[in-house]
Amino acid sequence: MISAAAQRGSAPNPNAFKTKLRADHISMVFGRGPDSVHVLDDISLEVDEGEFVCLLGPSGCGKSTMLNVVAGFLSPTRGQVRIDGELVSGPDRRRIFVFQERGVFPWLTVEGNIGFGLSALAESDRRQRVAHYVELVGLKGFEKAYPRELSGGMKQRVEVARALAVNPDMLFLDEPFGALDSITRLIMRVELLRIWGAERKTIVFVTHDIDEAVQLADRVIVMSARPARIQRIVDIDIPHPRDISSLKYLGLRDGILQAIGLAHKV
Amino acid sequence: MSPLLRVGSVARLSRLGSVAFVAVLLVVWHVAITLQESPILPGPLAVASGLIELFTQGLLLKYVVASLFRVTWGFLAAAVLAIPVGLTIGWYRRAEMAFNPLIQVLRPISPLAWIPIAILWFGVGDMAAIFLIFLASFLPLTVTAMNAVAGIPEVYLNAGRNFGLRPAHIVTRVLYPAVTPQLILGLRITIGIAWLVVVAAEMIAVNSGLGFLIVDARNAGNRYDLVVAGMVMIGLIGLLLDLGIRSLERIPSVSWGYSDD
Amino acid sequence: MTALAQTRSWEPFAWPLLTAALLLLLWHFGVRQSGTDVFPSPLEVQRGTAELIRGDLLWRYIGDSLRRVAAGYLAAASVGIPCGLLLGWYPAAAQVANPVIQMLRPISPIAWIPVAIVLFGISDLAAIYLIFLAAFFPIVVSTMDGVRNVPSMYRRAGRNFGLSPAGLIARVILPAALPRMLVGLRIALGIAWLVVVAAEMIASDSGLGYLVIDARNSGKRYDLVVAAMLMIGLTGLAMDLAFRQAEKLKSIRWGFRDAH
Repeated sequence: MISAAAQRGSAPNPNAFKTKLRADHISMVFGRGPDSVHVLDDISLEVDEGEFVCLLGPSGCGKSTMLNVVAGFLSPTRGQVRIDGELVSGPDRRRIFVFQERGVFPWLTVEGNIGFGLSALAESDRRQRVAHYVELVGLKGFEKAYPRELSGGMKQRVEVARALAVNPDMLFLDEPFGALDSITRLIMRVELLRIWGAERKTIVFVTHDIDEAVQLADRVIVMSARPARIQRIVDIDIPHPRDISSLKYLGLRDGILQAIGLAHKV
Repeated sequence: MSPLLRVGSVARLSRLGSVAFVAVLLVVWHVAITLQESPILPGPLAVASGLIELFTQGLLLKYVVASLFRVTWGFLAAAVLAIPVGLTIGWYRRAEMAFNPLIQVLRPISPLAWIPIAILWFGVGDMAAIFLIFLASFLPLTVTAMNAVAGIPEVYLNAGRNFGLRPAHIVTRVLYPAVTPQLILGLRITIGIAWLVVVAAEMIAVNSGLGFLIVDARNAGNRYDLVVAGMVMIGLIGLLLDLGIRSLERIPSVSWGYSDD
Repeated sequence: MTALAQTRSWEPFAWPLLTAALLLLLWHFGVRQSGTDVFPSPLEVQRGTAELIRGDLLWRYIGDSLRRVAAGYLAAASVGIPCGLLLGWYPAAAQVANPVIQMLRPISPIAWIPVAIVLFGISDLAAIYLIFLAAFFPIVVSTMDGVRNVPSMYRRAGRNFGLSPAGLIARVILPAALPRMLVGLRIALGIAWLVVVAAEMIASDSGLGYLVIDARNSGKRYDLVVAAMLMIGLTGLAMDLAFRQAEKLKSIRWGFRDAH
């Protein structure tokens, strides 16, 4: 954990400037004629290899749509997405989407879920990998449990483990902690960062929670309300673990609050 | 993949589609019959003329009325008894324990298996048929009512008690409205069953009605065009009965219980 | 629903036994009082059942009925499940087919009997054909329903992991739709059982349904009639209970709100 943080803060990441994902002039329009809805308006962004990027914006602003577009589940009305230089034309095993409501399969155990994408492996290899990820996400002892026997946070871990087990390059997370209570949410953020420290993937994370964005991301892309445009990109250059009471943290957070135009007093 | 397709155009398209589908089926039926040259199975034209023949003879109306008469009486009698009984059994756990096994044993017994007993008790006639329909409707409605009571969210009853309602008022102002959607669904399913049974009962135990028509048309001269005409009428009326009860679902004080179909 | 006091563990057995005992007593004395010489008393029914077992008829007839059910039901499932899958997968197809389904559904399988007799005569096939017709619709409808209600999230996850369409159906759609499908399959089995009895009353020469009619026609043996009815009830119940056990499996129970 400490070494990961040190690496993050000091040693230069050899991949730091290699572009992993590149979205060019993405526009998304649903419907036709007078009923059409412009959800995304000419959005361009780049994500570097190994980066943790947050798309931040109010609910319904289109950030989930954007995520679906870059993950290949939606075709943009205009523009294109390239990952590793390759045009994105559909969903792919190398880029796993972690869903908003828990997408774990209820008819499979924890083991079954995590091993879902590993059917091409030999039995012993699969078991090994599954065991590794069960341990990584902290669910040791629950291998044979069914999702309905688990709490919300545990189900979310299963889903992350399932995503990681197939060794993707990128992870897309769509408000994964949205259905959890706020205490569990804090715990899950720490867990996510720990897991990310162990297996560095490129992550694009969608949230409407400003604190969450500033706590997790290397860069926060603030999106405006519909039709969504990029309002501001904020670099969070605080090394992990981040002190959420430090002046630097609060300053960055307040900057975003102001950019969105939110009141400072409740 | 546009999520904002106009609702109206989709509905119109599907209605056209189903009409087209039915038309295609009719054509296939007609072609199959002409190709096969079977003197027994009738084509759609023969069936249509059979229907007209029955109608002009006044038989169609007479038989339809006879069948509906039996269904209505048997079904209503069953509903009037089964719903209160079912609600009571569902409410008191001990009552459920007492009666449920008996209900589970009786349920798989086809109402038609009661025919000998029905004839023994009521002779061949309307009463036997009505009795059979009563039997066929009673158990399903009881079970529906039992399940409906069991399914009432605890919060509704607690709210009722919280607001100081007397037990009698909890029944009328909380329990009854809460179970009504499910009851109507049960009524819908059961009227379908009752309609099935009346036809069967008429084939065996009486001498009028649509079921009788089917058996009689075959026995007295192999008039399979009338047989199929009878089947078509049965299907139509069954559909109408179903639609009739479905219209109850639209009453606002009840429609909350149904998600968009 | 009311928890007057916590019910003791013996109560779920005591109450139904009490009810059954009362019922038998009422029945027995009702027959005595009415002085009927036709309607059987419980003892006579029990003796009639023993007679059937001794004469080897009972098990043979139960086997005949079950055989027909199995044939018709399996046929309905093997055609109905793929049809339901198709209709559930392509909503356009479902919307087109739906009115036809709604129209054909109320037509009693019993009303198809004349057609069955024409096509197959008095034989096993007639009964099997009727069972097929009766079980087909519930299976199609519940499969369609199950497939339609698979959350799109699961389908997306399947695609995300690179599953082919066949893989998607086998590893995501079917398991997700299974709870609803099982309910429909169970109901269809119940309907099949009702229909086989009815069909046997008209179009067969063996089986429990046939026994009901035959016992009356050849000698007014109402004790055998009631014995047959009881057997029908118990066999049907046994099948239903067996099915419900399948619904309790953990890989299926998730689909039901309360674990019954």
